[in-house]
Amino acid sequence: MGKTVSVKDLIRNKDKKNKLMLKAERTIPFILFALASISILTTVGIVSTLLYETFLFFREVSIIEFFTNTNMKPLSRVEPSFSILPLLTGTILISLVAMLVAIPIGLTTAIYLSEYASESVRKAVKPIIEVLAGIPTIVYGFFAFTFVTPILREFIPALQSTNALSPGIVMGIMIIPLVASLSEDAMNSVPKAMREGALALGATKLEVTLRVVIPAAISGIIASFVLGISRAIGETMIVTIASGSSKNFTFDITQSMQTMTAYIVEVTSGDAGAGTTAYYSLYAVAFALFIFTLLMNMFAGHISRKYREAY
Amino acid sequence: MSSLSISTELPLKKETTEQVNKTVVYDTKNLNLWYGNNHALKNINLPMYKNEVTAIIGPSGCGKSTYIKTLNRMVELVQNVRISGEILYREKNIFDKEFRVEELRTRVGMVFQKPNPFPKTIFDNIAYGPRIHGIKDKKILKEIVEKSLRGAAIWEEVKDRLHENAYGLSGGQQQRLCIARCLAVEPDVILMDEPTSALDPKSTLKVEELIQELKENYSIIIVTHNMQQAARISDKTAFFLNGEVIEYDDTDIIFSTPSDKRTEDYITGRFG
Ligand SMILES: Nc1ncnc2c1ncn2[C@@H]1O[C@H](COP(=O)(O)OP(=O)(O)OP(=O)(O)O)[C@@H](O)[C@H]1O
Ligand SMILES: [Mg+2]
Repeated sequence: MGKTVSVKDLIRNKDKKNKLMLKAERTIPFILFALASISILTTVGIVSTLLYETFLFFREVSIIEFFTNTNMKPLSRVEPSFSILPLLTGTILISLVAMLVAIPIGLTTAIYLSEYASESVRKAVKPIIEVLAGIPTIVYGFFAFTFVTPILREFIPALQSTNALSPGIVMGIMIIPLVASLSEDAMNSVPKAMREGALALGATKLEVTLRVVIPAAISGIIASFVLGISRAIGETMIVTIASGSSKNFTFDITQSMQTMTAYIVEVTSGDAGAGTTAYYSLYAVAFALFIFTLLMNMFAGHISRKYREAY
Repeated sequence: MSSLSISTELPLKKETTEQVNKTVVYDTKNLNLWYGNNHALKNINLPMYKNEVTAIIGPSGCGKSTYIKTLNRMVELVQNVRISGEILYREKNIFDKEFRVEELRTRVGMVFQKPNPFPKTIFDNIAYGPRIHGIKDKKILKEIVEKSLRGAAIWEEVKDRLHENAYGLSGGQQQRLCIARCLAVEPDVILMDEPTSALDPKSTLKVEELIQELKENYSIIIVTHNMQQAARISDKTAFFLNGEVIEYDDTDIIFSTPSDKRTEDYITGRFG
């Protein structure tokens, strides 16, 4: 090396040395592709297993009955019968309660944090909210069963000790951080210039929030709702503990209900031997759950595309 | 549209007497502003007149944007801003508690340096202002939209795509759309902070012509870095330096026979 090494030389030399780098650069796409394939193959594997076992189930139980019958007695010795309806209503009702709690509270929290709170408040509050997201669901289940239900029963005497309402509310509380945090991110990423444009027209802060920021952030906000709903539908522990296992076909949320996921837990941990119809029903329910979530996501994607405001 | 023919070489004009009769829209009195400890505006005194274009020039960081944002109180969005003195808008102090800031901003529109349309359709962009001020009638909204777009000389270009997203427009069109959006609430004064600095020469020319037309009905205060632009389109020019107004006079005078050496140095490009 000479006495003076110019930056130019350094850069050039580095270029030459890095033949190896160049090779790596070429192979990296293949490695990435291989890794990406793993997730795709896993999905394909799971879905085809589901499909196959579901097919076996429907050889024994009529598909029409499965969707129209309202009796769910998988383990009955006398006359077992299978129906998705009680589980479907259970899942939908509990998720609905959860979203009725999570969406308004989550969204207002997001609005407050993104539009009204000062920087210091935001910095203090956000981590606290995110702690909520880190609590194990079993704790929430316990909380619903031993704390929320007794309190609710003070006000609603008809409430059963296991019911759909209490786990719904607690599940909603669990989902608040998800909705709040993701909606806040979406609102925060709306450029400041847009807010200024509206304020300069004489809009109040609320008008800016409702008519500029939220519409501009709507796809992110809807995405947060969808993730929330998906979590509600997929949530198992809270409902297993606090909602009991009655396979009631009812719309009365003061009663015990079972969700699809809770059913799967119950039957897997119970005494349905491999190869029995009850065992195969797990797959049918899981498959229904899969389709249900898929439809949910597609619907949300559609809504979010329809109202998207690109900037 | 005689903008381009305004000469910068005109001899001294017969002013003073004329000014007495003009309506003052904005009168700034002993205005001081601090960002934390940074004294950004120092004892500003400036009267601005109706149906005139007032240009604000000065080197970067001298407080032009700060001043223009103070006129509609947008500057208060910045944390730790402290203001003393008064700004009278039509004889009312804008810092008065009774003067709602939303009302002020409805009467005083603003066009920003970078076009900032809302991510909505062209129609909804223009209708935004009227809507928040309570106009719901579709027919009236339609009329307002057309009138505003015509007023901003962009109607012909967008009339067939009113329901497309505003972000599909070119930068120059977006800026005129923002001007139209501002016109839709029928303001009295329009503040413009370097409205053409992000535009190509052709769009710039269009906006300049537009400003000349708008002056018939509005009073315009414009910040610009472009000396020729200030000379072409403005009636009065204020030269800012380090947060102070060094000189304020008829544009012709500022550009031909400025009384302060620093003004002369600046407009002839010796610094800034
Ligand atoms: N948001 C802010 N917070 C703190 N200080 C600021 C802020 N905005 C501007 N300043 C300071 O105030 C002074 C004036 O800034 P201003 O933006 O008004 O200048 P300007 O004349 O518009 O400059 P330019 O021509 O570059 O736009 C500068 O010293 C700047 O650093
Ligand atoms: Mg500026």
